[in-house]
Amino acid sequence: MKISIERAALLKAVSQAQSVVERRNTIPILANVLIEAEGSDVTFRATDLDIEIVDKAPAQVERAGATTVSATTLHEIVRKLPDGALVTLTADSATGRLTVDAGRSNFSLATLPKEDFPIMASSEYDTNFSANAPVLRRLFDKSKFAISTEETRYYLNGVYMHVAEADGGRVLRCVATDGHRLARIDADLPDGAAEMPGVIVPRKTVGELRKLLEDDEMKIAVSVSETKVRFATPDITLTSKVIDGTFPDYTRVIPQGNTRKLEVDAADFAQAVDRVATVSSERSRAVKLQLDEDRLILSVNAPDSGAAEEELAVAYADERLEIGFNAKYLLEIASQVDRENAVFLFNSSGDPTLMREGNDQSAVYVVMPMRV
Amino acid sequence: MPSLCRDCFAAFPDTKRCPTCGSPLIIAHPELNTLSIAHMDCDAFYASVEKRDNPTLEGKPVIIGGGRRGVVSTACYVARIRGVRSAMPMFQALKLCPEAIIIKPRMEAYVEASRAIRKMMEALTPDIEPLSLDEAFMDLSGTARLHGAPPAVMLARLVKRMRSELGLTGSIGLSHNKFLAKVASDLDKPHGFSVIGKAETDAFLRDKPVRMIWGVGAAAQASLENAGIRTFADLLRWEQTDLIARFGSMGDRLWHLARGQDRRRVSAHAPMKSISNETTFHEDTSDPDLLDGHLWRMAEKVSDRAKAKGLAGRVVTLKLKRADHSLLSRRISLRDGTQMADTVYRTARGLFDQVGDQGPYRLLGCGLSDLIAESGADLSADLLDPQARQRTAAERATDEIKERFGTDAILKGRSLR
Repeated sequence: MKISIERAALLKAVSQAQSVVERRNTIPILANVLIEAEGSDVTFRATDLDIEIVDKAPAQVERAGATTVSATTLHEIVRKLPDGALVTLTADSATGRLTVDAGRSNFSLATLPKEDFPIMASSEYDTNFSANAPVLRRLFDKSKFAISTEETRYYLNGVYMHVAEADGGRVLRCVATDGHRLARIDADLPDGAAEMPGVIVPRKTVGELRKLLEDDEMKIAVSVSETKVRFATPDITLTSKVIDGTFPDYTRVIPQGNTRKLEVDAADFAQAVDRVATVSSERSRAVKLQLDEDRLILSVNAPDSGAAEEELAVAYADERLEIGFNAKYLLEIASQVDRENAVFLFNSSGDPTLMREGNDQSAVYVVMPMRV
Repeated sequence: MPSLCRDCFAAFPDTKRCPTCGSPLIIAHPELNTLSIAHMDCDAFYASVEKRDNPTLEGKPVIIGGGRRGVVSTACYVARIRGVRSAMPMFQALKLCPEAIIIKPRMEAYVEASRAIRKMMEALTPDIEPLSLDEAFMDLSGTARLHGAPPAVMLARLVKRMRSELGLTGSIGLSHNKFLAKVASDLDKPHGFSVIGKAETDAFLRDKPVRMIWGVGAAAQASLENAGIRTFADLLRWEQTDLIARFGSMGDRLWHLARGQDRRRVSAHAPMKSISNETTFHEDTSDPDLLDGHLWRMAEKVSDRAKAKGLAGRVVTLKLKRADHSLLSRRISLRDGTQMADTVYRTARGLFDQVGDQGPYRLLGCGLSDLIAESGADLSADLLDPQARQRTAAERATDEIKERFGTDAILKGRSLR
């Protein structure tokens, strides 16, 4: 195999590949990226056995062929090459080395046989549809903060993507929760998605997917089966197993009867929460919200380190209420609001609280209060 | 040399017998009146309590321990003469001393006796650091004026009072730091009173084995032996930096201890690091229902102790011992600390389900660590488990019932399995 490729194109492809590769793995071949050259394209393939990414880049193929080489080493080399460099990759089957030549730099890297590289079995997908990048970006960006890291409840370690019945008809919905907070984000149902099986997209896949969604004009081809999900652009194909588990029935968690309504400027609110939380160094900093007519007092009382209080003008017309939350959770949900005021709906100081943006029902957050 | 009579507390220069009462129980030491760090260790505590409460046991070998498969928790001095030691498997103890009377521990009685002793110690100094029910460090520095007598006299009074009022004996070690005080209390058991002064420290330690250090167990001993260290004299040959390089923070401690230096304070509030409970079954079992019942009971015990101490833990551990004695343990961090039996049980149960080993097991235990104050625990409920709040409320109510009507007043069905 011998190819010449622009440094920029190579860097893009290799950096995608190396981020899929697990840093700590015990199977040497999984640290490698599979480079395959044929026709006028070269593909870079990497996997951690749960996720596979295939990245196609334009290259001048002098001699077709394939080899595998350490993804992180190749990435580091390409990253350090000067911008605009033309890089030549040559696999020498006699020595089992891959040489990387760019200008006056040249490297010789150990390879492993391409036959050892595990290719994810291609499978049948039940559902194929196309979605605009900004739509998927919103669905995952606004839900991923609530993904759990708890290993015992592994079925919460991802975003539950499924088709749901909302007020205005059927929607494409993403839900994530860790038992402390929950995010439920809806988007218009794309054509052809109606029969999609619900799948739990793992946290790492969500992170990798995000890199495909930067371009507003991009159309993403989404394929879903019971066990796998695939997101593809013309150049990049991301295939991932989904979490084998049942996502809990989140609908009963979303409070329906919360009537005490607080409306507040989300940015002001977040800044105030952030400020008062400064005095507490505890891992779970509790912020107390005291609500009275059109007035919100945020306070933190950390016996060991100090106390803080801040008052905000808000819209609140219900009876007095005192309720505590983890400061981090409040900040995270408040930062999801970007257009209108944040609307909080409370019941009592022990019940889950609901938050949404203005009257927008397409993005709803639930957060559990804590004792203060 | 200043001397002290342990019977009438008379102080006198130096003789074989007390000039006042004629007692032969004399302590004589050049530094007797200046040392103030003490370690008190009750003699065969559990067994002594049993013998006190049941005079028919007098003179007979008594072993305190649980069950057929248990281990010796305490052996009385009669049994010790036959070679029975604490932590020895029961069957082995019975081989050495077949006529031994085995008594199941009555923790309440021991706790009560321990409290009474604690009260007596509190009359001497507020700086008490209990290590367990039957031993404690005391710092009597600066109490001589208050008591009108040096620490040695007060300590002699303490053991005499323990004997006359509680019918229990203890041994005292008096020295200038905790390490040596603890070593001293062990020199002359039972009913001993030993003093290690500053001047004699080096000479005393030189030929002693390093395993004498509290905390140097079999493993540490083996690694020290690999480095050619058996006695304190061996330790003295090492540079401080070399010891640290080889043994880490333990090396630093060893360097100081070899010189009789120990700067740890006697602290009443030595922070507790973990709370755990375990049980060895009568027969190895892989019965899931039985194991589940045991797990609940262990979780409940851990939770009870945490509640009693006002503590909660952020890490739950599960410990299993297979039939071949191999150990299996799992731990998980919680977002919120907890002291609730329900949460400890459910978390440990989750760990148990992940183990994926069918057993059989001979031991099961669970524990809480990374301890915090209860005010910072169980702060928020689980969104996905709406019933958890009811269970928490039920557990709090159960606790109140137990408080009023006794621990057996209300039980979970699960605990009867």
